[in-house]
Amino acid sequence: MGRYILKRIGMMVFVIFGVLLFIFVLLYLTPGDPARQVLGLTATDEQVEAQRHIMGLDKPFLEQFGDYLYNLFFRLDLGRSYKTNLSVLGEIQKRVPVTLLIGCLGVLLSLMIGIPLGIISAVKQYSLLDNISNVFAVIFTSMPSFWFALELSLLFALRLHILPATGFTDYKSLILPVVTLGLGGAASIYRMSRSTVLDEIRKDYVRTARAKGTKESKVILHHAVKNAMIPIITQVGNSVGGILGGAVVVENVFSIPGMGTYLLGAINARDYPIIRGGVLVICIFVSLCNLLTDIVSACIDPRIKSYYKKMGAGKKERGRKSS
Amino acid sequence: MSKRKRQGSELTRFWNRYRRNRLAVFGLCFLTILIIAAALANVIAPEGYDVQNYKIKFTSPNLEHPLGTDYLGRDNLVRMIYGARISLSVGFVTTILGTAVAVFIGMFAGFYGGKTDNILMRIMDIFLSIPSILLSIVLASVFGGGIVSMVLALSLGSIPGVSRMVRAMVISERDKEYIEVARTSRASDLRIMFRYILPNISSSLIVLFTMGVAGGILNASTLSFLGLGAQAPMPEWGKMLSEGRSYIRDYPYLVLAPGMVIMLTVFSLNMIGDGLRDALDPRLKGR
Repeated sequence: MGRYILKRIGMMVFVIFGVLLFIFVLLYLTPGDPARQVLGLTATDEQVEAQRHIMGLDKPFLEQFGDYLYNLFFRLDLGRSYKTNLSVLGEIQKRVPVTLLIGCLGVLLSLMIGIPLGIISAVKQYSLLDNISNVFAVIFTSMPSFWFALELSLLFALRLHILPATGFTDYKSLILPVVTLGLGGAASIYRMSRSTVLDEIRKDYVRTARAKGTKESKVILHHAVKNAMIPIITQVGNSVGGILGGAVVVENVFSIPGMGTYLLGAINARDYPIIRGGVLVICIFVSLCNLLTDIVSACIDPRIKSYYKKMGAGKKERGRKSS
Repeated sequence: MSKRKRQGSELTRFWNRYRRNRLAVFGLCFLTILIIAAALANVIAPEGYDVQNYKIKFTSPNLEHPLGTDYLGRDNLVRMIYGARISLSVGFVTTILGTAVAVFIGMFAGFYGGKTDNILMRIMDIFLSIPSILLSIVLASVFGGGIVSMVLALSLGSIPGVSRMVRAMVISERDKEYIEVARTSRASDLRIMFRYILPNISSSLIVLFTMGVAGGILNASTLSFLGLGAQAPMPEWGKMLSEGRSYIRDYPYLVLAPGMVIMLTVFSLNMIGDGLRDALDPRLKGR
């Protein structure tokens, strides 16, 4: 088990390093001179040259990347914004809690709606509830989240005046963004859990359990749902990234001062240090979620556990990976 | 002759299975109408999508302008029809590009396994850890905005997820008997991959493709909404939404209509995907 977790952590470090390198190369190759951007169009070539030296842009690529990594790991410094000259890390520290709050509440809402409804719909396939929730699920997955957000704010903020349209002041301003994210996420989680439970219900062991005369509620909850939970957890964990990505867009609609608005503003202004830092932080959160998902599913899935026990016992016999 | 007859009946049976899903039929109808309207945009509205008339700006929907006019007095319905051209072609082109590359990556990773698989999938892992919409946003801005860079960004953004799914499909096929038969007849690896495995995963690929187009249209509208895709005066649906956004308080129809049409298009494509899956593989029905 420990071996598995170690391996997963190693992979996570590799992925994060890969993202760092990718973003760095991407922005390095982007046409346009950040120094000119900082100074404006009126600056002379000498001034731009001097500014390039200050920003370290005249160094070769590897040295720039090395400096960036050094600052990141040994001084915990993500650089300063080109525009405002504020520390990127400081700004991120202020904004991450906001995004995480909205993101976590959104995920929570989508889990609370999606999983139970998915299980019930699967058990009562073709019932009225199943049909209605299926239609709603497709509608919500087909809807652009920013449009849903706009319509919600039109209805609840501009017409009914019960919730604020934009900004981030109190718990009330959380409601619309969380509902937008939560319902969108619930639709996809609902579809996943429904199809997973449907798969399980048709398996032989469920028939055996019924044949034994086990109570139907027990067959569903203790047998089918218990086995369905493993794929559901994996898929939910993987969809967290999508929900965080959605938060970037939804924050923009509601002008919430989180990571999303910060990152989008930086992308429009070509403020590279912020883009690098912001993407890195979001990627770290997504990777952590994936790590957590894998560890949880390893803990509850006896197959993974036994596989690694065998490995630990010195047997190098590798079963074929199937995924 | 007899072969053609059998094919004909197979198509009929396919259509009969497809037809049972009423929403899928609705989706097909809506998409057909949309494609015809987009193709005939010049005929329906020969004056083009950029005719400004300040005397009639912000006209509410009426008989002459069924969806009203925008802040420059341009007819919304006409813009929407021309927008269908952009949104549909962006959706299809990004998905074709992305899926083509992803099929290659997934095919090689799944077929060869081992080191090839490990290297390719670790690289995909890196990209999968960035939410795909965020990846597309960053790429679109790096490529400089505009419709072409949006198409590139979206197709690149879709590659990691799709290649993973293709890989899984290939893995489930590669140990089957017919592959072994092909091997004993000394078929080359490339031939096995693209003449034997590809046709056998094609039905899943078609479903994946339809859903991919739906996602592509959705993401394209998101990018345009954020100002990273189509630029004014292009009537892309997401762009229309972001233009109407400033006037949402007084003229909500400016936001309602483009949003509805995006939703209906994506909904139709998703339903077509569902219908195709049921019709192509009846065992999966209702999942």
